[in-house]
Amino acid sequence: MIIAIASGKGGTGKTTVATNFALSLKGGVQFLDCDVEEPNAHIFIKPHITDKKEVFIPVPEIDESFCNACGRCKEVCAYNAIAVLGQKALVFQELCHGCGSCSYFCPQEAIHEVHKVIGHVERGNNRGLDFVHGILKIGEPMAPPLIKAVKRYVNSSKVTVIDAPPGTSCPVIAAIKDSDFVILVTEPTPFGLHDFKLAVEVVKKLTIPFGAIINRSDLGNQATEAYCKKEEIPILMRIPFQKQIASAYSRGELLIDLFPGYRQRFHRLFEDIKNSI
Amino acid sequence: MKICVTSQGNTLESQVDPRFGRCQYFMIIDTDTLEFTGLPNPNIDGMGGVGVKSGQLMADHGVKVVLTGNVGPNAFQTLQAAGIEVISGVSGKVNEVVNDYKQGRFGVAREPNVDSKFGMN
Repeated sequence: MIIAIASGKGGTGKTTVATNFALSLKGGVQFLDCDVEEPNAHIFIKPHITDKKEVFIPVPEIDESFCNACGRCKEVCAYNAIAVLGQKALVFQELCHGCGSCSYFCPQEAIHEVHKVIGHVERGNNRGLDFVHGILKIGEPMAPPLIKAVKRYVNSSKVTVIDAPPGTSCPVIAAIKDSDFVILVTEPTPFGLHDFKLAVEVVKKLTIPFGAIINRSDLGNQATEAYCKKEEIPILMRIPFQKQIASAYSRGELLIDLFPGYRQRFHRLFEDIKNSI
Repeated sequence: MKICVTSQGNTLESQVDPRFGRCQYFMIIDTDTLEFTGLPNPNIDGMGGVGVKSGQLMADHGVKVVLTGNVGPNAFQTLQAAGIEVISGVSGKVNEVVNDYKQGRFGVAREPNVDSKFGMN
């Protein structure tokens, strides 16, 4: 079973929920930090890293002695990663998604693919939890291939908890796709609600069952609660604001260590989710 | 000689569009006859690589000089590779810009003046 934690708005408490939730479950749990642009779950889980692997995408390399500048490559490239100017094809590697169309369609067979490293995946464990995260290379704009590389470690015999990136664009889709349930973490503020609505639309479009956790639930206003009620979105948990939680977070400490009662709450949440799907 | 001024409208009276890749129109103008074609930009809503695509379009139309407000890194590299001169930081009406260009009032840009995705907003 795969449970993804997403949010729309950043900073609502995704990682807090994901790490504490995963560590509250017993046996056979793996944690995948798919927020590869800014992974931070390791700060809380503190895994002992056991192996590290580079992740690359194929990008075109053009053999100029075979290229006759026919322009077929730039026509088939959906990402505008190739320009053909005069007698020369110019490749913009950072725009390339590695789809392989250019080399496939090149009538001169002048294009072959080379590996471009976009980041790496690290694996480890702590407290009986298997841990995997992806770290995107600084300056590299292409997160989805690395997220997919992290998700290759999904073990269907385990409970998989995915920490998704914020937002509602491609990296989020790549992270939450194929999940059995999505927990959307939000906060009861106008910004929180605005982005929560966008995230709800995405999850609905992907037809994944979902529910909401309202973090800092006693701050802000009632509009998020009202929206959930109107849209019949189950509110799975409310986490009231407490200064101790914020300061523990800032030290890289876990909510379940600070307030052990949360361990039972997260465990119950898991049982509820399991029974609902 | 063919030059291109990025424009917000389809006339020589229109204002220069400060974006290159995502401008409204490419005004392709013959500096000798002042004959022009207002080319609606097919790349205006592109997801990415718009600078490359618009640069390619300039090369395909045989443009020798591009006058615009802002040029990002990919557009700049494409235009450079195509041997097209870039004049950035240009504003005002298209016909005034053409006039100023013909009087030699502009210097050629040596580098992009904005980052990628600058024209998205």
